[in-house]
Amino acid sequence: MFLKKQNIMTEKRQQILVFFIFATAVLMVPLFLKGSYLLNVLVFVGINTMLAVALNLLLGYAGQISLGHAAFFGIGAYISGIITTRFPIDPFLIIILAAFCAGVLAFVIGFPILKLKGHYLAMATLGFGVILYIIFNETVDFTGGPSGLSSIPSLHIGSLVFDNDWNNYYLVWVFTLAVMLLSINLFQSRIGRALRAIHDSEVAARVMGVNARVLKVQIFTVSAVISAVAGSLYAHIMTFIAPASFGFNFSVELLTMVVIGGLGSIYGSFLGAAILTMLPEFLRVFQDFDIIVYGLMLMLITMFMPGGLVGGMQKMAEITVAKIRKMKGKNAQA
Amino acid sequence: MDYSRQLFQYILSGLSNGAIYALIGFGFAMIYNATGIINFAQGEFVMLGGMLTVFFLTVLKLSIIPAIVLAVVISTIVGICFERLAIRPLKNAKPLSLIIITIGASIFIRGAAMLIWGKDTHAVPAFSGNDPIYIAGATILPQHLWIFAVTILIIIAGRIFFNYSITGKAMRACAYNAQAAGLVGINVKNMVLLSFAISSAIGSMAGIIIAPLTMTSYDVGVMLGLKGFCAVIIGGMSSGLSTVMGGLLLGLLEALGAGYISASYKDAIAFIILLLILFIRPEGLFAKKEAERF
Repeated sequence: MFLKKQNIMTEKRQQILVFFIFATAVLMVPLFLKGSYLLNVLVFVGINTMLAVALNLLLGYAGQISLGHAAFFGIGAYISGIITTRFPIDPFLIIILAAFCAGVLAFVIGFPILKLKGHYLAMATLGFGVILYIIFNETVDFTGGPSGLSSIPSLHIGSLVFDNDWNNYYLVWVFTLAVMLLSINLFQSRIGRALRAIHDSEVAARVMGVNARVLKVQIFTVSAVISAVAGSLYAHIMTFIAPASFGFNFSVELLTMVVIGGLGSIYGSFLGAAILTMLPEFLRVFQDFDIIVYGLMLMLITMFMPGGLVGGMQKMAEITVAKIRKMKGKNAQA
Repeated sequence: MDYSRQLFQYILSGLSNGAIYALIGFGFAMIYNATGIINFAQGEFVMLGGMLTVFFLTVLKLSIIPAIVLAVVISTIVGICFERLAIRPLKNAKPLSLIIITIGASIFIRGAAMLIWGKDTHAVPAFSGNDPIYIAGATILPQHLWIFAVTILIIIAGRIFFNYSITGKAMRACAYNAQAAGLVGINVKNMVLLSFAISSAIGSMAGIIIAPLTMTSYDVGVMLGLKGFCAVIIGGMSSGLSTVMGGLLLGLLEALGAGYISASYKDAIAFIILLLILFIRPEGLFAKKEAERF
């Protein structure tokens, strides 16, 4: 018993260590990329990582699908965009307001929506996403409708204005790393274990005393809040937003990121977000093919690599280690 | 007088859209009953029907009947390939994986259509002219009549197939209890394949008959598929007839909502109805299905 506890401790310490190596690497990257276009792409990798991690909390941890997460991203972006273009309030306060609104909305609709399971949950979240997309498009007086909302002010702290790639990179990645750290800790916590129990069998989890209904709504709310913060950051960095960025296609793109990276893997979400954000940037040919490639990736990875890229790599590593051990054993015998 | 004429007009156009939703919903229900899967790619077969018809009409210059037949046949083949390549290899997969796979397939088919036929919107000529017919002060296009006729025919054919043919009865048996059906010698796998074939054929037919009214492009499938799903949720998965009622009701509510409330929120109405029904009667709809699935 004591030994086991020690193992858990070291595992947790290991996770934190890995995270700090990752974080240091992320924070060092701009030093090598000053003035490069890549830095701009990496800003969006950061935003998408945040969104993918948020969806992963729901999909990978708790096993609940959402096909409407782009809507929460949109809520964050529009609340920040609409208010900061009209009133001279500190945009950081509005980010908090946007996150709060998205959280309240998610909490309220979470109870009836998360009662549903499987396909019905997928359809209900999809319906929710489409309704909000239509609202973004039709409330022209506020959102500017299909032609978008422009001249959103950049964020600033005192005289430090986040209007170039270098500053934006650090702005976004500080948030993203915080979200990743939070998610890694959550996975190891009591709540994380309860969520995984719900993932494996909701009935069994309930029998063991997990309040599945409330817990699912809570994680849905957390996920929505993170998505809304990502949306606010996106609005201030782009300084222009249009409904097309928050539609069903983007919800599916987020799903693709989570699935190809690996359900339940935080670094997988980063990998998925990085791949899906960078591919279209560097393969111009990819532009027309992107939709078909997303479809294929979704199908093939779900069919042949259920753990995603990270899960697949872990499996491969395990197999290689096992092989090496076997060889060593043989050598020892000989 | 003017008011009632307007109302009648809304009802007519609502019913014709509703018939389309009913046909698409029919396809959803068929696959769901055979496999327990909600096929998110259902809408893409609707798109394929319309786009293939356009292709055969304009590029290969076929006349309308062979074009329609070929479009339905090819969509059906795509449906069969989809089942064989993506659904069958995944026996006993979790719903989550199946949802992701059918979404993947839907994106893939849509992407392929975009690559092959481009992003343009295409018009399909009406089957028998565009001269409006006047009924009680409201106008109706010949195409509307085609939609009603084809829908009624397909529903009657479905009823006969499921109640009187041996294959249809076997499919119902699989829907009721696949294991027991297997024990009495029914090839369950073939029945699943058949359900995909039939539902893609019906879906493509729906896409073909509505194309002359609404135009068609590579991305019409998403919305139409979702509306078909709404129809199924409203009516219930249990029987063909209640799906039809669900479709017609959805079409009516949508047309009246667009006419009297706001045209720009027309699409939102369907989804608000969907959410309300899922919220208020989430188990009630299932309970009916448990008792009787076809």
